[in-house]
Amino acid sequence: MQIYKAPIADIRFALESAGYSRVAAFEAFSDYDLDTLMGILDEAGKFCTKEMLALNRTGDQEGVKYDPVTLSVTMPKGFKELYTKFCEGEYASMVHPPEYGGHGAPFTLAFMLSELTTATNKSFSMCPGLTQGLVEALMHYGSDAQKAEYLPRLIRGAVTGTMCLTEPQCGTDLGILTTRATPVEGRAGVYSVTGTKIWITFGEHDLTDNIIHLVLARLPDAPEGIKGISTFLVPKLLADGTRNPVFCGGLEHKMGIHASPTCVINLEGAEGYLVGEPHQGMKVMFKMMNAARLTVGIEGIALSEISYQTALAFAKDRRQMRALDPAKQDLSAKADNILVHPDVRRMLLNVRASTEGMRALSAWIAVHIDVAHSHPDVKVREEAEELVALFTPVVKSYCTERGFWNVSEAMQACGGAGYTTDWSIEQYLRDMRIALIYEGTNHIQALDLIGRKLPSKGGRAMMAFSKRVTDFIRENRDDERMGSIVESVKEASKLLSDITMNTLMAKAARDPEEGGAVASSYLNLFALTAISYLLGQQAKLAHERGGRFGETKLKVIRFFFDKILPEIHSLAAVIRTGKASMMALAEDEI
Amino acid sequence: MKIIVTAKRVTDYDSKVIPTADGKAINFDNVDFKMNPFCEIAVEEAIRLVDAAGEGEVVVVAMGDEEATQEVRKALAMGAHRGVLVECDESKLDSDAVARMLVKLCQDERPDLLLLGKQAVDGDSNQVGQLVAEHLGWPQATFAYKLSVEGKGATVQREVDGGVETVRLSFPAVITTDLRLNEPRYPSLPNIMKAKKKPLETMSPEDLGVALGAPKVEVVSYGLPSSRKAGQVVDSVATLVSKLVNEAKAL
Repeated sequence: MQIYKAPIADIRFALESAGYSRVAAFEAFSDYDLDTLMGILDEAGKFCTKEMLALNRTGDQEGVKYDPVTLSVTMPKGFKELYTKFCEGEYASMVHPPEYGGHGAPFTLAFMLSELTTATNKSFSMCPGLTQGLVEALMHYGSDAQKAEYLPRLIRGAVTGTMCLTEPQCGTDLGILTTRATPVEGRAGVYSVTGTKIWITFGEHDLTDNIIHLVLARLPDAPEGIKGISTFLVPKLLADGTRNPVFCGGLEHKMGIHASPTCVINLEGAEGYLVGEPHQGMKVMFKMMNAARLTVGIEGIALSEISYQTALAFAKDRRQMRALDPAKQDLSAKADNILVHPDVRRMLLNVRASTEGMRALSAWIAVHIDVAHSHPDVKVREEAEELVALFTPVVKSYCTERGFWNVSEAMQACGGAGYTTDWSIEQYLRDMRIALIYEGTNHIQALDLIGRKLPSKGGRAMMAFSKRVTDFIRENRDDERMGSIVESVKEASKLLSDITMNTLMAKAARDPEEGGAVASSYLNLFALTAISYLLGQQAKLAHERGGRFGETKLKVIRFFFDKILPEIHSLAAVIRTGKASMMALAEDEI
Repeated sequence: MKIIVTAKRVTDYDSKVIPTADGKAINFDNVDFKMNPFCEIAVEEAIRLVDAAGEGEVVVVAMGDEEATQEVRKALAMGAHRGVLVECDESKLDSDAVARMLVKLCQDERPDLLLLGKQAVDGDSNQVGQLVAEHLGWPQATFAYKLSVEGKGATVQREVDGGVETVRLSFPAVITTDLRLNEPRYPSLPNIMKAKKKPLETMSPEDLGVALGAPKVEVVSYGLPSSRKAGQVVDSVATLVSKLVNEAKAL
């Protein structure tokens, strides 16, 4: 059973509440008012449901095939045709600049679109997602000649992109990578690249003839560690059509995303072209990576949504047991519809309320990315950029962790049926799991938050965010319609600052192990507090909107404040006890 | 080649349509709307025909309140050249009123071809195409599943019970589309943007010289189909056959 309808009304509401009108007001985006944006997403949603979802299960079951003789990879049936249709619809090129064949749409569009494509076919959507990352990196660090040569083809989808970071001995720790790039004599900017890369998503496939790899490697004179890494463009086919010696050495056999080839890539003296300055590869990589991390966060929202819709469809049809309240019993049938049971509602609403909360976060971040790119005032741009940077690890980690839990909860609501292939949730659960690991494991995100993002520029981004929360509380505390919501936002925000100042800063500054021990819990506390603020704003809009839609929104928001936000207290308790019980055991006791 | 094509705004077949308590009307709360799927096929065909002809124009028409602009825009995003919305009170529309307005539009616009869906999935009346052809005295081919244009006419294969009927007609003509004629395209995202800038004229029934009085068709009541009885699980083929013979009397 594959059930999905793009949640257009919910996305619209989230964007409205997140202040999308600010983006539409920029001159560059005057064509993209909210109506237009939603019209595009509506059409795209139909494409996703009809074309992409149709190949989601078959792609999972058939998987990708590797031929060790030709070193080629065959995608599941229908994927090549789907890719052609996807490119014809120009879904991937909307946000890119017109001078390279894009259409100059706001980034918000791509961000919201990625929820729809991921929900309906996560494996497939990773391919254009990676290409997008390469476009982003080239846009910032490519030479004019490289931009002219590669961007139009990447944006059109005629070629796809990869990022080749990991090697067998280096995953999280890129400083120890060993792939070498040596200058080719007599050809400026051209290098011979040799090494082995692993976990390369869409490193080889048959969707397009050519594939452009972005490879991290060391120059001969490179300093040790991550300060000695440079980036190179390595195309599968060279400009004259000859095969560059960059080959797929095999595929990983994985728990999920079976239709996404995860390749070993062997570079055997492949021709590569330096991108950006020598030894500045980490900058290029992070440009690509930060965009990718946010999109990975969206995966949690996307798969939560489709799992919720699936579980709801199951629940609406399922009769088991009698309602606990005799007035709700339907005596014309032998059992009552399971939506009468409080616990079924608890499960479904856990998924729905947290999904709407995470979507509030993603819409808010999307708007800030556009503000950071396009606002006329440099100060406003900087503040938005710092907020996006601060929230990148939060979105990646919280949304994927909660997303996985949500898919599991949706499965639970379906009972045994949820565990069967028939209802597809088991696939979503397998497909979801990787998101907690790749693009920097969730703990790496938490360390990035406390070690890099929070202290950056004297904690400026965190202060800017706190100010917004405080302003919201001040402006709305006398609004009777908001009831206890404002009070709850205030409580969460006070708890977060207390833990930040008195526990995290105080202890972690003296003892980094204390930071490492609590970082993951802290990130979740941070996320829940931010979501409470954003759902508080949504509550205000829902009151103004009124009607059935507004009332339902308010009820779901109420559920979040009653049943999900209180997790902050257990997180705070866990953080306060610090590292002691983790580190008390000697190594041979573990 | 000039083609007029219709784009009716109907309730989305994925939404559950429920009558109001008194059964006199439909409750449209929480119901989505979209273009009638048969109209979508007509729009697709019109665009293909004009593309193949290498010249001409596709004019898309919708009737109803301002919301129906969305269906016109959708057709423009698919590739129609300009749009017309006849803004009117939908409660006054029935097949006859729609047909009379389309007749006037065809007289003003003088297209080679009027293409419509064979019926709309909300009212299921299946009358407009036939009425217009009669009023104009144009040849008609309904339920088209294959269509080829040759010079100033077309050959149409019609789906009829148990087979296919092939007819030839000369332009100007009316053709209504069946399900298998084509598979409508998805508008590409840039084309959705371009559609915003394509001309869309709004007019009233009066502009067309048509007075909308009370509809000729009066709806007495709406009701839901009676709910299906629960099925039974049987333990053997023999029981199944016996039940089919004795209880259901199906065999």
